[in-house]
Amino acid sequence: MITFDKVYKRYPDGYEALTNLIFTIDAGEMVFITGHSGAGKSTLLKLIAAIEKPTSGSITVSDQIVNKLKKSMVPFLRRSLGIIFQDQKILYDRTVFANVMLPLQIHGFEKSVMERRVRAALDKVGLLNKEKAYPITLSGGEKQRLCIARAVVHRPLILIADEPTANLDVAYAQNIMDVFRSFHQVGVTVLIATHDQTILNDSTARILSLNQGHLMV
Amino acid sequence: MRVWISQHWQALGVTAKQFFFKPVSNFLSVAVIGIAFSFPLGIYTLLDNLQSFSDHFVHSPQISLFLEIDATESDIENINSRLESFDGITSFQFVSNEIALAQLQHESGMGDIALHLKKNPLPHAFIIHTQHMPPDKLEENRLTLQQWPAVSYVQVDSDWTRKVHAFVKLGRVAVIMLSSLLGVALVIVIFNTIRLQILTKQEEIEVSKLIGATDRFIRRPFLYFGALQGVVGALIAWIIIAVGAQKINDNLTELSQLYELSLRLNPLSLFQVLLLGVVAGFLGWLGARLSVAQHLSQIEPK
Ligand SMILES: Nc1ncnc2c1ncn2[C@@H]1O[C@H](COP(=O)(O)OP(=O)(O)OP(=O)(O)O)[C@@H](O)[C@H]1O
Ligand SMILES: [Mg+2]
Repeated sequence: MITFDKVYKRYPDGYEALTNLIFTIDAGEMVFITGHSGAGKSTLLKLIAAIEKPTSGSITVSDQIVNKLKKSMVPFLRRSLGIIFQDQKILYDRTVFANVMLPLQIHGFEKSVMERRVRAALDKVGLLNKEKAYPITLSGGEKQRLCIARAVVHRPLILIADEPTANLDVAYAQNIMDVFRSFHQVGVTVLIATHDQTILNDSTARILSLNQGHLMV
Repeated sequence: MRVWISQHWQALGVTAKQFFFKPVSNFLSVAVIGIAFSFPLGIYTLLDNLQSFSDHFVHSPQISLFLEIDATESDIENINSRLESFDGITSFQFVSNEIALAQLQHESGMGDIALHLKKNPLPHAFIIHTQHMPPDKLEENRLTLQQWPAVSYVQVDSDWTRKVHAFVKLGRVAVIMLSSLLGVALVIVIFNTIRLQILTKQEEIEVSKLIGATDRFIRRPFLYFGALQGVVGALIAWIIIAVGAQKINDNLTELSQLYELSLRLNPLSLFQVLLLGVVAGFLGWLGARLSVAQHLSQIEPK
């Protein structure tokens, strides 16, 4: 489903964030990416969604060669993914409901379908009672769950989460991991970047470990 | 197809919401557009009316021929027969000085004063209607008539229509220039409005791009907004002119009774109004399109 072949990423300032990455993630797999702060976890995820371009090497996502994708095709790659951003990217000028609806509007669903799906996604993360609330009034864990709902509302086959349990206490983190596991169980490919050791210990999933941009084995 | 329609519908909904969300500031910029455009539109309406008013006269040129004050009966006979054989005249009519005085008394209400006059101060005259002919031919005929014996003065009554025509022509050029300039101004105003809007929606645009919005999707509400501003601006300009014309007409009624003429400012036709709306909408769309091309590409999410 996702393949990295000799991928290098050097930022414009000359810093090499990723060095010679080679790995494959199968469809339906659940994989953790871990490593110290600055190891290159977020950079790796951004390469998958074509938010950053690799300096060299080749990246394949669902049979599309991401590094050769035309600019006009990038939106369609992103639509096939569900992304939870490290900095959340919540829109604070609209309700929880409107935030979750945004991906569906981009896809162009009918209104009734959108409303049904938004409620289903909010229900899944336990935020149904907050649909009319503004994000500023949510707790940290609730905001994370809002991000998850927005990432899954259009039912992507690949779910990418960057530090979804950052700043959350253990109980909340467990709760959020349960949500991811339930998506994994219905066949979604799940990719989670985290340095939360308790989560890693709890899980039997494969772990890709990064150290200064190198993949550890 | 249904998806496509629903996407446009949603974008339109967003646009409308946007427009009424900040009614004051949006109304202000649209009012500026409307007021600015009411100038050329007003001039255009006046010229249009002036033109049709003068066209009315051009089709039947009229010449007044005044005799010397001491012209004799035989002088009148002479001119009468000359006119009968003159080319290009459709009809003519002799107006004696007595008739002219009687008319003057009747029409101007100066009857009393006229009674006290010892001698009729008015000359005999002929009112001549000619076939439709170009202005220089008319002038040529006027000069010929002027040479005849006992003729004191020949006046082409429709002479002023030529002047009106020249004036209208000049006015047309002015209107075109003014509208072109304001058209450019409209594009610039909308360009800037959309630029500010893009700035305030930067976050939304960034997030939308990150979760798979195409450029078309992001552009759409801005383009609608630009077009809407243009159309509403044109609508305001039209309302200003329609109300203005109504006010002028109220006053013209009195004036036209005085001169026994039908003086009325006709408002723009439905076609003209539609054309105005379409052009303004297009210019608004254009301003938005240019602005979006300039500013959206600068927003690349990281
Ligand atoms: N836009 C950028 N320009 C230059 N350098 C960058 C840029 N983004 C990231 N980096 C550098 O690349 C390295 C990897 O960054 P990245 O964000 O991938 O780390 P991370 O593993 O996600 O860290 P964290 O756990 O703190 O989120 C860091 O040293 C960072 O300073
Ligand atoms: Mg990171």
